Amino acid sequence: MAQAELAVKTLDEQEMLRLFHEMVLVRRLEEEAARLYQQGKIGGFLHLYIGQEAVSAGVLSVRLPKDRVLTAYRDHGVAIGCGIEAKVVMAELLGKATGAAKGKGGSMHLADIRKNFWGGYAIVGGHLPLAVGMALADQYRGDDAVTICLFGDGATNIGYFHESMNLSMVWKLPLLWICENNKYGMGTSVERSSAVMEMKQKAEGYAMPNSSVNGMDVLAVRAAAQDALGTVRESGTPYFLEIVTYRYRGHSMGDPERYRDSEEIERWRKDDPITVYRSQLIADGHFNAAALAEQEARVEQDIQEAIEFAESSPDPAPSDLYSDIYTES
Amino acid sequence: MTQLTIREAISQALWEEMERDQRVIILGEEVGLWGGTYAVTRGFYDHFGPERVRDTPIAEGVIVGAANGAAMAGLRPVAELMTINFAFLAMDQIVNGAAKIHYMFGGQFKVPVVIRAVGGGGRQLGATHSQTPDAVFAHFPGLKVVAPGTPHDAKGLLKAAIRTDDPVLFIEHATLYQTKGEVPEGDFVEPIGVSKVQRQGSDVTIITYSKMLQLSLQAAEQLALEGVQAEIIDLRSLRPLDMGPALASVKRTNRAVVVEEGWRSFGVGAEVVSRLHEEAFDYLDAPVKRVAQDEVPLPYNRELEQLALPQIDDILAAVREVL
Ligand SMILES: Cc1ncc(C[n+]2csc(CCOP(=O)(O)OP(=O)(O)O)c2C)c(N)n1
Ligand SMILES: [Mg+2]
Repeated sequence: MAQAELAVKTLDEQEMLRLFHEMVLVRRLEEEAARLYQQGKIGGFLHLYIGQEAVSAGVLSVRLPKDRVLTAYRDHGVAIGCGIEAKVVMAELLGKATGAAKGKGGSMHLADIRKNFWGGYAIVGGHLPLAVGMALADQYRGDDAVTICLFGDGATNIGYFHESMNLSMVWKLPLLWICENNKYGMGTSVERSSAVMEMKQKAEGYAMPNSSVNGMDVLAVRAAAQDALGTVRESGTPYFLEIVTYRYRGHSMGDPERYRDSEEIERWRKDDPITVYRSQLIADGHFNAAALAEQEARVEQDIQEAIEFAESSPDPAPSDLYSDIYTES
Repeated sequence: MTQLTIREAISQALWEEMERDQRVIILGEEVGLWGGTYAVTRGFYDHFGPERVRDTPIAEGVIVGAANGAAMAGLRPVAELMTINFAFLAMDQIVNGAAKIHYMFGGQFKVPVVIRAVGGGGRQLGATHSQTPDAVFAHFPGLKVVAPGTPHDAKGLLKAAIRTDDPVLFIEHATLYQTKGEVPEGDFVEPIGVSKVQRQGSDVTIITYSKMLQLSLQAAEQLALEGVQAEIIDLRSLRPLDMGPALASVKRTNRAVVVEEGWRSFGVGAEVVSRLHEEAFDYLDAPVKRVAQDEVPLPYNRELEQLALPQIDDILAAVREVL
């Protein structure tokens, strides 16, 4: 195994800058996606991650390539964090043959087996049992990979969640459960849908070690995820990490947002993960504003290339309608 | 050839596949220490150990979901659902998971899972434990649905189900486990998605599968005494559905009856009759008859239950009507 596979990158300035770049990339990609959606170039559901970028960037900066990753339909940040190129994400949003799922999955179903990204899943909670099975396969073969499964606060109320928490502990599986608590499942707040306000409390019922972290602080997320992953790798048993975050945009495009007021969004924007991190990098003397602006300019270029690539890519052929229903006919 | 019961045939198939391929594991409720609710996996736990024969909590969603995930990650899991009635609790993993994952992600992932489920009525288990909802599952592209009616096919098809890279729902009939039949010695595979002529005849075609195959074979014996030779086509797989032998047969006999244990409306018979109309309409000398379950939740009372389930007499009556 290559050395790079064995160790997590140290948090040097290069890595700090990469985290900044990645968060800006995810945000800009999504802002452009929203624009393309409005133009009718993207169809279906589009769930934006804007506000939550520190979660995917922080968590995935400490996973090893051998660690599997699964998430829900709000998957653009995780896809980028797993190493899917922005242009391949964008191509999928536009339904193109060059997209991450050859145009058959759309925004909610990005995946790349080569990056060990096992997909975004659109049935709330439906991928948690899959994660159990993947971790079981690794345990069975004696591989020391960890399966990292991300899901929302809303998903903790569904049966799958509880079945999966329980079985992962019964079978002592190498699983890192990550709950992105962005305070809402569609328009229903945690207060209105959950018996407990902290999602990590639900891990207690299964005697699963747990903690929570501020999801607006990418370095805090990174550190917490690194600890949690280390715990799973060492013990071979599950860990529950709650990451408290917030989405600024609607649940998906076209959400009238009657369930919250703009003051609430403004309060969270003060903690914006990118703004906070930018100030922090400058205040700590790692980079000056110009260096960060240069990164942002690079992102703009990446995004423009991604859009051009996606727009100029071919649609899937009509014959692809019938491909990949079965592996064999 | 040896004589085996369907239970023995299924058990042998599992055993041999586990011996052959380390990736095959079994998971489900009571599959291990108990030895399987229907004793199919008796002795497996002691022989293969708890890592490969995994007792689960009563949690169908995660049983099938974990089987799907393990399959995606390279194992060949065989998940056992104690009865097919409980598959409804795992419906999402079967329908939105197993049947979709290969296609939806552009062919990147494979889900070589087998879900064994025991179905069928006739044991006075009441409405929730007696269903034959095979057609429900056959509705979904991406899933393969297999339902054998003989020990030979049970063994060969289960081996094929374990070896294919596609997800398979393998439906066993609760009242067929004791049914005996000839099974070849050693390793063999029956192809999924291929119907089979189980009895030759020239007067009428009976298209059926699973338990109703056995009833149809008995009906055919009676018909033979009356000088009527029924040809019996065993679908064996509901998806992919192979209509070839049925169409060829109907083109010769010009008369057909479809026999299924499930409810009539939107059932297997409905599909088969449509296909016959689409592809063999000109050959039909009589409207195709369907024999199916009365459209009621199955009652507990023995007489009432039997009244609702298709009987040999119902098959005979249907055949006489089309002759
Ligand atoms: C089983 C199921 N029920 C309902 C939905 C519709 N739905 C999609 S997302 C969502 C909210 C989920 O909230 P959460 O888990 O907190 O994730 P978030 O959207 O906040 O990222 C709902 C109800 C669904 N996709 N699946
Ligand atoms: Mg949420």
